[in-house]
Amino acid sequence: MKVDLRINGVNRVADVEPRKTLLDVLRENFLLNGTHAGCEHGVCGACTVLVDGEPVRSCLMFAVQADGYEITTIEGLAPAPGELSVIQDAFCETHGLQCGYCTPGMILAAHALLQNTLAPTREDIAEAISGNICRCTGYGQIIEAVQFAADRLRVANTPRPILTEKPVVEAK
Amino acid sequence: MSADPATFRFVSTNRRVREDRRFVAGQGHFVADVALEGLLHVAILPSQHPAARIVSIDASAALAMPGVHYVLSGDELAAATDPLMNGLDTPNVRRYPLAVGQTRYAGEWVVAVVAETRALAEDATEKVRVIYEPLPFVMNAEEALKPDSPPVHPAHGSNVLLDRTFVWGEVDKHFAESPRELSFRVTWGRSSTVPIETFGVAASWDPWRDMLDVWASIQMPKYPDQIARALRIPANNVRVHQDVDVGGSYGVKRGIKQTVLVAHLARRLGRPVRLIEDRLENMRGGDAHGPERIFDIDVAFNDDGIVKSMKIRALDNAGAYAGRAPFQLGKPIGAIVGPYRIESVQYRAQSVTSNKAVQEAVRGFGQAPTNYAIETAIDKVAAATGLARIEVRRRNFIRKDQFPYLIPSGSTYDSGDYHTVVDKVFAHIDFASMEKERDRLRASGLLAGIGIAACLEPSGANSSFEPLLNEKNTTTTWMDSCRIVIDALGFVTVTIHNTSSGQGHETLVATVVGEVLQIEPDLIRVIRPDSLACLPSNSPVGSRMAIMLGGAAFHAAQKLKTKLTRIGAHQFAVAEDKVAYANGSVASTDKQLAWIELVTIAHRQYHMLPEGTEPGLESTHVMQVPTGGTLPKDGRVQMYPCHSFEFHVVLMAIDPALGKPDIRRYVIGHDCGTVINPHIVKGMTLGGLAHGLGAALLEEFVYDDEGHLMTQSFMDYLLPSAHEVPEVEIVHHCTPSPFTVFGQKGSGESGYLGAPAAISAAVNDCVSPLGISFNKLPIRISAIGDAIADAQQGKPQEQAK
Repeated sequence: MKVDLRINGVNRVADVEPRKTLLDVLRENFLLNGTHAGCEHGVCGACTVLVDGEPVRSCLMFAVQADGYEITTIEGLAPAPGELSVIQDAFCETHGLQCGYCTPGMILAAHALLQNTLAPTREDIAEAISGNICRCTGYGQIIEAVQFAADRLRVANTPRPILTEKPVVEAK
Repeated sequence: MSADPATFRFVSTNRRVREDRRFVAGQGHFVADVALEGLLHVAILPSQHPAARIVSIDASAALAMPGVHYVLSGDELAAATDPLMNGLDTPNVRRYPLAVGQTRYAGEWVVAVVAETRALAEDATEKVRVIYEPLPFVMNAEEALKPDSPPVHPAHGSNVLLDRTFVWGEVDKHFAESPRELSFRVTWGRSSTVPIETFGVAASWDPWRDMLDVWASIQMPKYPDQIARALRIPANNVRVHQDVDVGGSYGVKRGIKQTVLVAHLARRLGRPVRLIEDRLENMRGGDAHGPERIFDIDVAFNDDGIVKSMKIRALDNAGAYAGRAPFQLGKPIGAIVGPYRIESVQYRAQSVTSNKAVQEAVRGFGQAPTNYAIETAIDKVAAATGLARIEVRRRNFIRKDQFPYLIPSGSTYDSGDYHTVVDKVFAHIDFASMEKERDRLRASGLLAGIGIAACLEPSGANSSFEPLLNEKNTTTTWMDSCRIVIDALGFVTVTIHNTSSGQGHETLVATVVGEVLQIEPDLIRVIRPDSLACLPSNSPVGSRMAIMLGGAAFHAAQKLKTKLTRIGAHQFAVAEDKVAYANGSVASTDKQLAWIELVTIAHRQYHMLPEGTEPGLESTHVMQVPTGGTLPKDGRVQMYPCHSFEFHVVLMAIDPALGKPDIRRYVIGHDCGTVINPHIVKGMTLGGLAHGLGAALLEEFVYDDEGHLMTQSFMDYLLPSAHEVPEVEIVHHCTPSPFTVFGQKGSGESGYLGAPAAISAAVNDCVSPLGISFNKLPIRISAIGDAIADAQQGKPQEQAK
């Protein structure tokens, strides 16, 4: 079955079995290996991608269901090869990871949060990443990374598109 | 100690972890990312019975499906391979990757199907017909111990894998003389580390080069050797690619059965073959469960709360095959008295087979359950004497001036300052105000309590428990290695000889080599050769890499520094002690040779080298475990060289209507000696603590009465999320180890080793006013809620047996 996907800003076409998940199509058809299989039943969040900016579990979505949507994978976040986004860099600064397996999904969940929230509280961050299980870090340095990224994004001269869901709160 | 902490440039400083860059970009190289031409995929048909004779297997319908290449049974595999290695001397407990003749647990792998895609292979498993004849089975360790229980391995004669009693010191005398005694039972439930990446392995066989290539999500000592033995091929025909990133392990990623299965298929089919466990295969049949242990404890103490002696009986439910389970009863012998001056101990270690999944090494290798038992004992002594729990600990702690301290079971603790760590934590918390907060919570109608726990993390693993529990095993070394090459342009490349699963070993060695050679660590390349080009390594187990890989890197760098210094001195025609090495150059009083000049002499100008000097700049160091090297004697042995200390304080509240433990504050004091990278140590501690919280409150592999695993997905085997894990405050202390190059100790298990004890203690302090307590982990919300409701209605509490 032919499927038209827009992945990281590029139109991609594939001929896939209707039963094939978005996760498997991203990895096998498009060689986007940054999206990882963890539980394949929608709990761990390792396979998280953004669909029209919202975090989605690519293991629970068939690729044919994603037809026509804007999909962002971890490969779509780095501005250029060897160059990190503010959030990716913040994870490096606080060591918000260890084995790196949950990290792409975790960063995409954080990215979605920070697209909409200027100054998230610790609770906001915990809620945003609570669907992503990390077995290595105990989440402390992940939460620090997201806080650090939020601080840097607030002072960065980078417009963010939406910022409507929550009232804008100034930094402490 | 060979280095002065005051002069550290890179060690202990706030430096980024170099591995992180590739992972945040999604550019890790995990086993599922390894692309092999012509790759075939495996799916597994598991047993539906806890014990059954395999009457027949009919694969004809599966083999008739387009795209299906092969169906492998246990009989074929057993004929072509040797049994998987078993560390104990129990030759009739034979284990193969697929069940042979009979199945021994529900979920055990029976048939492997190979197809063009994983999905096709899964479809085909449904067409394989296996006829079983169910057999009697046993799930419970105490039942399995009975002589009339159904034997999991009839040829072995009983379910007992190990039953060994050690007596260290005058236990009978101490008990006879003791004014007071108490006895209790606690149970550690079956949980594990459950990494987010399941185990995976890919293999290819080249018949023209006689080479088996293996890519795996592995964390395992002597992995290539074990593959070669099982496949009956020379070890130098096995090439394990160590540059595969491992998506978490914490001990369990020792997929030898998976590897032998896949390697056999690759050899048989002449095509690369891959098995990536799905979550169900991983949890039900991946053979990666952790200890399941009953402790029966007797304590001899006096009215001052001084504990003189302990009797510990530990009965472990190993599951269907020996695996590493029995040895996980052995490692805790190295810290069997915890941080306390307990003069004598009797320890009975029993391991039995049952019809449950097989255990694998889990973070701490049996230490966390043992610490839970010891800390429960100390709390019970406090309750019996009416002393504060912290006071009993302070009175029994080994004092700073008593190190090095020999414990009754034969290990010498290297160093520690437990009283100071406790004092620092209490000052940080303002403990009196925490008690007031607990009382305020109680007054507001909540159940509230404080849990404390102190424990040790033995680190720098050797394998002394192997000869201790199996006298045919004479292993006295558990080395690790490092090689450094400085190329002709002066760039430094360091090789390490194992895979990593998030521990930051590349950062570790770059920091250490940079420190010794006084060069910027970020300029050092770190690589992992395949296993045929490797020096000996025993992989990152037992909190050993800061000590062992860090130590090997230190010594290898020292050798190069010495050589560069000698080359410099030779140019100046002075003695080596008349020149100084600094920042990569060598200087005498009036002359200096820069790094590149020294490198050029070594690489190109043989005529300028001191006589007898090898050209080039390369060094290796194979490091023996500090304090290791001797066989056990009279049931005593030096276990690990270093002993980190941790001290936990937890404030908890429970709404009696909900039964949900709510951690209001969590503080941990941590002393692992000199920290090499603060970010890494912090992450280990916080992550270990979260893992310990899971073991204490959430995680358990539960089997029903029919022998089936009930918690086999993340819907019912609950891993802590960001909601469950509290913000944790860490209080640091540094007591350097005298046995390591920088004074470092291990930290890979920190947090996990004490959190279950502390959280259990907090729950029990919360519910103590109701006259109830919990003696089995995990303590689930449902159990708490039910026990509170029963207590409020005046019903007696049902305790776990």
